[in-house]
Amino acid sequence: MALSDQELKEIAYLARISVKEESLPSLKKELEDILDLFKQLDEANTTEVNAMSHPLDLSQPTRKDEVTEEDLRDELLKNAPSVKSGLFLVPKVIDGEN
Amino acid sequence: MKNYSEDWEAVIGLEIHVQLSTKSKLFSGASTDFGALPNTQACNIDLAMPGVLPVLNEEVLKMAVKLGKALNAEINSPTSFARKNYFYPDSPKGYQISQMDKPIVENGYLDIETENGGKRIGITRAHLEEDAGKSLHDDFEGQSGIDLNRAGTPLLEIVSEPEINTPKEAVAYLKSIHSIIRYLEISDGNMAEGSMRCDANVSVRKIGEEKLGTRTETKNVNSFRFVEKAIQYEIERQIHEIESGNKITQETRLYDSQVNTTRPMRSKEFANDYRYFPEPDLLPVNLEKEFIEEVLATMPEMPTEKKERFVSEFSLSQYDADLLAADKDIAEFFEEVTKISNSPKLSANWIMGELSAELNNENLNIKESKVSSNKLGQLISRIEDGTISGKIAKDIFEKIWTTGKEVDDIIKEEGLEQVTDDKEIELMIDEVIENNPQQLEQYRSGKDRLFGFFVGQVMKASQGKANPKQVNDILKSKLEK
Repeated sequence: MALSDQELKEIAYLARISVKEESLPSLKKELEDILDLFKQLDEANTTEVNAMSHPLDLSQPTRKDEVTEEDLRDELLKNAPSVKSGLFLVPKVIDGEN
Repeated sequence: MKNYSEDWEAVIGLEIHVQLSTKSKLFSGASTDFGALPNTQACNIDLAMPGVLPVLNEEVLKMAVKLGKALNAEINSPTSFARKNYFYPDSPKGYQISQMDKPIVENGYLDIETENGGKRIGITRAHLEEDAGKSLHDDFEGQSGIDLNRAGTPLLEIVSEPEINTPKEAVAYLKSIHSIIRYLEISDGNMAEGSMRCDANVSVRKIGEEKLGTRTETKNVNSFRFVEKAIQYEIERQIHEIESGNKITQETRLYDSQVNTTRPMRSKEFANDYRYFPEPDLLPVNLEKEFIEEVLATMPEMPTEKKERFVSEFSLSQYDADLLAADKDIAEFFEEVTKISNSPKLSANWIMGELSAELNNENLNIKESKVSSNKLGQLISRIEDGTISGKIAKDIFEKIWTTGKEVDDIIKEEGLEQVTDDKEIELMIDEVIENNPQQLEQYRSGKDRLFGFFVGQVMKASQGKANPKQVNDILKSKLEK
C-alpha cells in the first residue's frame, strides 16, 4: 500500500514525532510493509464474526465511588521540569480545543 | 448586522457536557471537589504515571442509566470505552478515555415547549468520558500553568439530533436537560462553574432546501442567555456571509460574551484526526438486568410528571405548574408551603411573586430563602382563615424576611389582625361618610367612580386592617341609602 510524503508527514505530526526529511524514504518503506501485513486481514471472511473490543470474555469490574487518593502534589510536582504556585508550567498554549 | 430574513432557516444541534457529581473521578479515587488548591486532587492515575490502570467508578453507570431513562433512550449493554487521541497539556495521557461505538445511552428524545407548542427533539447519544485539566494563561513568564484537579472528572456528553431550529428552542432544550440532571441529582448543573457546558453546531439553509448547509461549532457558551445570543449571532453571521456571496468554512468558533460575537479558533496546519480505537485498559461493561432495575427503582418523579400532578392534584394552571416544576428545589418548597397553607393557588402566587422578587433582589436561590417554607405556609394560612388581609400579609412577609420572626408573633405584637367585626367597620364607614359630604353628594348624583375613593378612605382609616369584602358590602348599602 503506497503512502504519500504528505500522509507520512501528517502521521508524524499527529504522533508528535519529528522526522528528518532524509529519513522519509526508509520510514515510508517500513510503514508500507506494516500496512501490507495488516492488509492480509482483509482476506479473512468476517461476515459471521461479531465485533470484539477486548480479547478477554469478562465484564469490567467497578469500584465504589469513594475518595481513596490523598494529596501527593509535592511529590508529583518534583517530576516536572518547571512549576510555580502548585502548577505545572508548559510552553504557552492558546485557544484551547477539545 | 441586519436581521435575517424569513427565507432562511437554521439547523441546530447541541452537545452538552454534564459534569457528574460523583465524589471521586471516573477512573481514579481522587476527589472531584470544586475549588481545591491546584493539583492537590490529581493522583498517579490522573497524571498517567507509568504502570497505572483505570478502574471504573460504579456510580457513573447508575447516573448514566438514570439519564438514559429520563431521555427515553436505550441503554447499551455491553457498553465500551474508546481512546480519543490528541495532544494537549491539560490531558496528561495524550488521549481521553471516551466512548465511540457503544455509548452507554443511545436513541432517545426529549419533548420541549416552544412558542408554537410542543416539539420533540431527538437525542443521538449520551456517552461517558473524562474531563480535561485546566490551562491557566496568566503570565507565568511566557508559559501556561496547568492544574490537573479536573482531569478525569466524569462527564456525560449528551448529543442532540440537528432538530432544533431557533435560538429559543435551543434554550428550551438546554433548560429541559438542566432540569432533568438536577432532578436526577447527577450534576449540580452550575453553568458558571462549568458543571454544564454547551457547544452549538449551527448551519443555515434557504427554507425548502433539503441539503444541509456547512456547519460551524461554537464553543465556550456558559449561560442560558449566552446560548441564545451566541446562536442568534452565528445564524445572522452565516446568512450575512452567504448573502454577500461568501462561503461558510467548517470550523470551530469561540463565543465572546463581552462583545457578543463568535470568532474562529486558530486553525491548524493539519486537520485533527482523533484515531479512536477500543480502550485496551478497560473491558466492555455488561450492565446486568438486575442492576438496571435496581437503579430505575430509585428514579425520582421527573419534571413533566410533577407538572402533571400539580395540575391534577392542586388544580394549578399549566403555566403555574410548569414554572414551579421546572426547578426541583422550587417544586419541593411549593409542596411544603401548600401542606401548611392548604391553598395551592395562593402558595404558587406567593412563591412566584413576593418570594421570587425578594430572592432575585438579593441574588439568592430558594434554599437560601430568609422566609422558610414553614413560615410562608403559616402566613398564607392566616390570610386564608381571615386573620389578616393580603395587603397586611405583604408587610408581615417583609418583616419575616428581615427579622426572621414568627408569623403569629408579628401579628400579635403589632396588632395586625384583620377587623372583621361588622359594628366596628360600620363605625369607620360612618365617620368617612360624615367627613366627605361633597363626595357623597357627587356619588349620589351618579358619579359611581367615587365608590373606590370611599373604600380607600375606610381602608386607610383602618390602617389596612378592615376586611375588604365586608367594607365593600357595608359601604355599598350605606351609600345607597
